[in-house]
Amino acid sequence: MNIKKILPQLLTLLVVILIFGFFSYNAQVNMENRGITFGYGFLSQESSFDVQFSLIEYDGSHSYFRAYLVGLLNTILVSVIGIIFATIIGVVVGIARLSNNYLINKTAAVYVEFFRNIPLLLQIFFWYFAALRALPLPQDTEPMFGVFFLTIKGFFVPAFVWNNLDIFIYSIIAAIISIIFIRIYARKRQENEGIQTPVFSISIGLLIILPLLSFLFGGVDASVEVPVIKQLSQSGFTYEGGIKLPPELISLALALSLYTATFIAECVRAGVQGVSKGQKEAAASIGLTPNQVLKLVVMPQALRIIIPPTTNQYLNLTKNSSLAAAIAYPDLVLVFAGTALMQTGRAIEIVSITMLTYLSLSISISIFMNWYNKKIAIKEK
Amino acid sequence: MNKLNFLQPDKNNLNTYLYSGVILVALSIFIVFLNSFFNKDIISFLPGSISFFLPLILGFIGLHLIRIDYSGLKFLDTINKNINTNNFNAFLSLLIVFVVIKSLPPLLSWFIIDANIAGDSKDVCTGSGACWTYIKIWFNRFMYGMYPNAEQWRINLSFIALAFLGTIGFFATEKFKKYLTLYYVVVYPVIAFFFIFFFISGGPIFFDFSYGIIAAVISIIIGFFIPSKFKMYYFIIVPITLYILLKYVFFYEELIELGKLEALEWVETGAWGGLSLTFIVSFFCLIFCFPIGLFLSLGRRSDFPIIKYFSIGMIEFWRGVPLITVLFMSSVMFPMFLPEDMFIDKLVRVIIAISLFEAAYVAEVIRGGLQALPRGQYDAAKSLGMGYWKMHILVILPQALKLVIPGIANTFLALVKDTPLIFVVGLLEIVGMLNLAKTNPEWLGFAMEGYVFASVLFFIICYAMSKYSYNLEQKYKTER
Repeated sequence: MNIKKILPQLLTLLVVILIFGFFSYNAQVNMENRGITFGYGFLSQESSFDVQFSLIEYDGSHSYFRAYLVGLLNTILVSVIGIIFATIIGVVVGIARLSNNYLINKTAAVYVEFFRNIPLLLQIFFWYFAALRALPLPQDTEPMFGVFFLTIKGFFVPAFVWNNLDIFIYSIIAAIISIIFIRIYARKRQENEGIQTPVFSISIGLLIILPLLSFLFGGVDASVEVPVIKQLSQSGFTYEGGIKLPPELISLALALSLYTATFIAECVRAGVQGVSKGQKEAAASIGLTPNQVLKLVVMPQALRIIIPPTTNQYLNLTKNSSLAAAIAYPDLVLVFAGTALMQTGRAIEIVSITMLTYLSLSISISIFMNWYNKKIAIKEK
Repeated sequence: MNKLNFLQPDKNNLNTYLYSGVILVALSIFIVFLNSFFNKDIISFLPGSISFFLPLILGFIGLHLIRIDYSGLKFLDTINKNINTNNFNAFLSLLIVFVVIKSLPPLLSWFIIDANIAGDSKDVCTGSGACWTYIKIWFNRFMYGMYPNAEQWRINLSFIALAFLGTIGFFATEKFKKYLTLYYVVVYPVIAFFFIFFFISGGPIFFDFSYGIIAAVISIIIGFFIPSKFKMYYFIIVPITLYILLKYVFFYEELIELGKLEALEWVETGAWGGLSLTFIVSFFCLIFCFPIGLFLSLGRRSDFPIIKYFSIGMIEFWRGVPLITVLFMSSVMFPMFLPEDMFIDKLVRVIIAISLFEAAYVAEVIRGGLQALPRGQYDAAKSLGMGYWKMHILVILPQALKLVIPGIANTFLALVKDTPLIFVVGLLEIVGMLNLAKTNPEWLGFAMEGYVFASVLFFIICYAMSKYSYNLEQKYKTER
């Protein structure tokens, strides 16, 4: 070991330790001065603040930990909605970008260039403060298809009222499990006998038939509850029944999905363009039909290029959902790092929990991505 | 005379197909045009859904009729090839054309025809269109935030000077070209600092800062003559000593006197805002995040385990958390980590936070470039007897950075788009100012105009940046 190797490392270590030591010493002194003791015990205390919109039962008498859960679930909700729509829009626009139709191509290009060059926060504000504020009041709203009500107070959609919901869920789970078995069987059959099984149509059929059977014989019963207008005061109206999607959620999900879709579209385009022309020509020359070329040759290779950056975009979307704090959608940052922090004054604990939550989320996804990349990487012999 | 088969148009009766097709398409576009621009429904005698779909059907048939391969007419062939290759494409093309025609009049009327720009109060905005008066009145605030009106020339002067100094590279003669890198990497940022801290901030902070600059410049000049053996120790010790000497020994008396002189009025950073703040924050973060990211990426590929894991930890930490929590940290958690009497300005904290955050992304981008270089480059440089730094500066980094221009440009774009987030700590750049103006009781109800205005501004900035990065990429592209 020579000194040239050890010295820089020791120096780095020293600097890092010094900085951390300095910070933690100051933190200790500061907390002593303010009479705060460091600890996570406050999580079980009564929170005594209300949250506007939550997926689980919550009010002021619940603990701070439950407030954290409320925020986390809201973050996950808006991320999942955003991811679903961003994927749909992104794939459609990405394919449109590849179209040989000049108009479609340019329209998609304009969409991509426009939405990705405007800050996400500005887009969220635009939808929330400008676009959705132009919607009619509940009493003036024209229903869409008779059951959806898009008002300034939110989007009211009908809800399903279930009997024996668990049996219905079991039937879907059964369908999924049987689809997995059929896939395994189909792959074996193709390897052994060279016969293709129409897995896709069988899967669709199973997914429809099994839940249908549960309706017919399992005693599952669903009725639709349509929102009904209700007068609160002389000029105040609202809808009752059904599900209410608050405008914060709508504008956030809209902005997130429109913004992220532009990046996903570019990923899709890059992926499909990344498959060399020779591959398609080779596949066509051995007699595959265009559909088979797409399914067996182009897509597997394109997906290999598309999926890693797209997962990155999903991760970005999830992290960007924290901008919810700007329009008061009660997500993790607003509920926990905002309201709870204000009430308890425990800056270090709360900010560290919030950061760790996001950190563990993104690290677990990146570990999964590394594993996936290794799995699908071309194995050269 | 060939038989006419309208299901399969061919070249033989070209004119018949062409005329009927063009007439149908023109008719369909005409109907939609009348409907949208003059609000006249000339086919209203038809039942509802048919009259709604009729233009689409007419145009569709028309496009079908003119879809003739190798017609010999150049124009027709171009159209067919680009928008009319098959039924599905024809349908989509028609749909796009109709939607554009349909949405033009309302957009035009909102933006221009029914919009108001004259006058200087809310009362002139009576039309159904946009109220650009609102933008006009608030323009100063959107550009400069709460910066005092009388002092705004300082911001303008600084930006004009910096823009001018930034373009010097284009005018440099061959003789000075080789110093350009030095200029842009060292001199220009220093001048920028100087301008922003002296001109825009004003007050005594200028003196502190100018001592730092003088100390740095003097030590760099002397540094050229120091034998390389002692350079490292020299650059650690001398600048700091010089700074302390300047501040506490040489100029101490002068500082007080100069403070009494008619110096520029000090404007606290809390009053900065608007688009100029967007530029300031982006500019400084750009300058800082690049070198930090460069060192992190080199650190991540280092052979020294401690440095390597430290870099990995830094990169993964900053990449794993949302920027908004980083800003939260810098505003509510960071003060806890400092001694009671020590105070770091809000703007400085924000710039440090954003720089560290973006540096992690820059590091990953540069690492991609480093990994893309073939091993041979490293081996060749080593075989010439180059050390670690010489190898990286002369051989590796020039090639790696060239490769990652698009990635770095994307990160910088993301940075510019992230600056509005500083509203979290209470700094109001343009989006924050919009939100402030929107809640002003005298100007309620003009949120849309404000957001459209800011969107256009940001679009121009970001689009120009991305195009510029594309040009750079083309310019430095080398065949490998």
